[in-house]
Amino acid sequence: MAEAHAVAHEAPKGFIRKYIFSLDHKVIGIQYILLALAAVFVGMFLSLLMRLHLVWPNAKLPFFDVMTPEQYLALMTMHGTIMVFFVLTTAPQSGFGNYFLPIQIGAADMAFPTLNMLSFWFTFVSFAVMMAAFFVVGGAPISGWTAYPPLSAVGEIAGPGLGWGQSLWVISIAIFCGASLMGALNFITTTLDLRTKGMSLMRMPLTCWAWFVTAILALLGFAVLLAAGILLLLDRHAGTSFFVPGGLVITEKLIPHKGGSPLLWQHLFWFFGHPEVYIAILPGMGITSHILSTFARKPIFGYRAMVYAIFAIALLGLSVWGHHMFTSGMSPYSAFAFSLLTMSIGVPSAIKTFNWIGTLWGGQIRFTTPMLFAIGFVSLFVSGGLSGIFLAQPAVDLPLHDTYFVVGHFHLIMGVAAIFGMFGATYYWFSKMFGRQMSEFLGKLHFWPTFIGVYCIFMPMHFIGLAGHERRYPDTTAVQYLAALQPVHLFMTIAAIVTIAAQFIFVFNFFWSLWRGKKAEVNPWEATTLEWTVPSPPPHDNFAGRYPAVYRGPYEYGVPGAAKDFTPQHVPDGAGGAGSH
Amino acid sequence: MEQKQSGTGGSLVAAGLALSLVVLTFSTIYIFFKRTWWFPEPISAFAEAVDRQFDRTLVITGLVFFLAQLALGYVIFRYRDRGGRARYSHGNTVLEILWTSATAVMFIGLGIAAERAWASLHWMGAAPGAMQVEITGKQFAWNFRYPGADGQFGRTDPSLVNDAAGNPVGLDTNDAAAQDDVVTATMAVPVNQEVEVILRAVDVTHSFFVRELRFKQDAVPGMVIRLHFKAEKTGSYEVACAELCGLGHHRMRTVLQVLPEDEFQAWLREQAAE
Ligand code: HEM
Ligand SMILES: [Cu+2]
Ligand SMILES: [Cu+2]
Repeated sequence: MAEAHAVAHEAPKGFIRKYIFSLDHKVIGIQYILLALAAVFVGMFLSLLMRLHLVWPNAKLPFFDVMTPEQYLALMTMHGTIMVFFVLTTAPQSGFGNYFLPIQIGAADMAFPTLNMLSFWFTFVSFAVMMAAFFVVGGAPISGWTAYPPLSAVGEIAGPGLGWGQSLWVISIAIFCGASLMGALNFITTTLDLRTKGMSLMRMPLTCWAWFVTAILALLGFAVLLAAGILLLLDRHAGTSFFVPGGLVITEKLIPHKGGSPLLWQHLFWFFGHPEVYIAILPGMGITSHILSTFARKPIFGYRAMVYAIFAIALLGLSVWGHHMFTSGMSPYSAFAFSLLTMSIGVPSAIKTFNWIGTLWGGQIRFTTPMLFAIGFVSLFVSGGLSGIFLAQPAVDLPLHDTYFVVGHFHLIMGVAAIFGMFGATYYWFSKMFGRQMSEFLGKLHFWPTFIGVYCIFMPMHFIGLAGHERRYPDTTAVQYLAALQPVHLFMTIAAIVTIAAQFIFVFNFFWSLWRGKKAEVNPWEATTLEWTVPSPPPHDNFAGRYPAVYRGPYEYGVPGAAKDFTPQHVPDGAGGAGSH
Repeated sequence: MEQKQSGTGGSLVAAGLALSLVVLTFSTIYIFFKRTWWFPEPISAFAEAVDRQFDRTLVITGLVFFLAQLALGYVIFRYRDRGGRARYSHGNTVLEILWTSATAVMFIGLGIAAERAWASLHWMGAAPGAMQVEITGKQFAWNFRYPGADGQFGRTDPSLVNDAAGNPVGLDTNDAAAQDDVVTATMAVPVNQEVEVILRAVDVTHSFFVRELRFKQDAVPGMVIRLHFKAEKTGSYEVACAELCGLGHHRMRTVLQVLPEDEFQAWLREQAAE
């Protein structure tokens, strides 16, 4: 394809053009990954402080002395925000997607390299603004990552952190939306326009499908969140009343706003918020499929069904936001529709699960570290998905909504499963990105405490949720029935300490391998897709001007009659011992 | 190349992972069966209906959980690399259609079954003649208002809200209907009687949550939300706030007393006297 070659730009010379304001999708991908790595450690540290406070409320903690309720809520808000936006939205899509989408479809770069650079730097500024919220008067906001008005709209009169902190939060999110919109456009255009010769849509690796559909979701979701954020900002600073009704009395002061609706924010927010959980998880699904097929040495079971399932999940995912609002006071009739649509998402999700197991069935499974995380992903996806079936039914949701049952549910499915996708991707592609292998031994050492640990942290949350433990409670002494649940908190906190400690094995492995790892071959996993045809790391324009042609689907493992058990996409039929099918 | 990754190392990891999945499956199912941390006893027909639907869901999801996790454990152990080639297959359309329809029927059937309980709470109003209680959420306390002998709630005005003066909901005492309204800090209802609750909020969104009734409803500023329940067991139950409302969210607690009719009337008289 001629266009594919047109975007190729000169390799930059200076340090700044090469590593800071780079146009190269690979450098930008790594920038995103490093940003997410920094963010995930901040987010994890905040969660550790929260977990400690929940069990030892009177202990002196680093930075805090004895933590106050508003400090806990600020940590909780920032933890959730950082994890959702700066970890789950950046690394799987903008990080790994940026790096590997062009290579996997045989392109020299993304369609709009300058836009790509801008979208990273917008994200970076957004992160800096978000972090600044910790340091302003009143501290970080306490309204949760969902920022429901009126709490988030009326300023510090409603509580500490709701003045400057909340404003910075909204501004940061708005900038983030801009960055995501630019990224989404770029991903969509790149996928549609820059595929190399022979790379039909139905020959794309499932990772590319996942990134493509995620970009569509991001385009629709972040556009709405951007609008909502701007309206909230206007309510806060320009005296408008989109979300604030008349007649509010806060700490005995009458609020001048009139005529707004708190539910409007909830609809707009969740119109973004539900697709957001798929934005977080779809790339992980793609990566999991990719890894499972590679190490089972088998084609993906039901490739077409997998593609259709991604689309079904996305389409349904755009029409189920109301399942977050069953107790909100919205029309109880729409609850019926939202409920059935949500239950229907169970169907494509089940297809994915069955097909992953089908892919493993009859395989010759190689238990590499990326494979362990991919298998862990499947297990977590099942566990986290099934609790959604409870929450999707309005009547059953009543006792569970806004309890730890929900916290357990979304951590398993969107938090930890997505993180497992990222770990899988890192262990799988590290050698391609940095030219050195990560240590398999340390990788496995990292996997075991992480896999067991996350279940020990998040599974018990479901049980205390059943017992009625509300979420977003800094302190469990006021409500008496919570006292009986304290031993479970202790168990979860210990599990969190162990799991968090184990993450340092990963960091060590990452940086140690970066400099000391074994030199990587071009195709160490004996895999079939195009990223395994270029040097590790690939040159500036990926294919050094010689664009590959593609002759077959992405997962031709174990073709009968072929000399090797993998038949790469770029090898012509009959050549190189490849069998036909 | 197979010898590169396989051997006993692979088998050990396969066995370990399969075993962890088995342990995960059985321990999770065991804790669900043991019900150590569980819903409290239900105290209304609605709560019982919710529990029945919960149990149906638990059986179906439990089955899927059991089958999926163990199948995963089985395939990774059974198909660990032992040299040789994997079975070459791109899938099986018949199986695909089969399990798609099976899950569709299961999940959507479950969803439809759930709607009855929801409809009984939300699509139908309170029984005629139900007693009314207005619930007002406010940072960080609940207030309850009973209409008094005239059966009419008096006018309220946000500008009159004043805790220090003992007027937390902004009752306008110039209105005759407001004269006999009773405002309380805890809630009481007579047993076996339908009660219509009218939810409001003064400042930000709160959520009225009573575990034993399986009842949770946000109180939203600018909205008046009417729902109903009928408590069938006397006792004292904790009410908590379930929607983040600020730094005192976790201590926005009160109690709901379900009393025999005569005790309820005595309670109401006592509250009115204060
Ligand atoms: C180290 C592992 C983690 C631990 C120990 C942890 C712990 C916690 C805790 C204690 C809360 C507060 C619950 C409450 O008071 O209601 C919380 C909330 C939250 N967490 Fe995590 N978490 C972890 C990882 C993650 C990840 C990977 C994500 C990514 C999705 C995530 C997303 C959230 C969100 C969105 C909230 C809700 C914040 C809010 O209510 O506004 N967490 N987490
Ligand atoms: Cu959702
Ligand atoms: Cu509250």
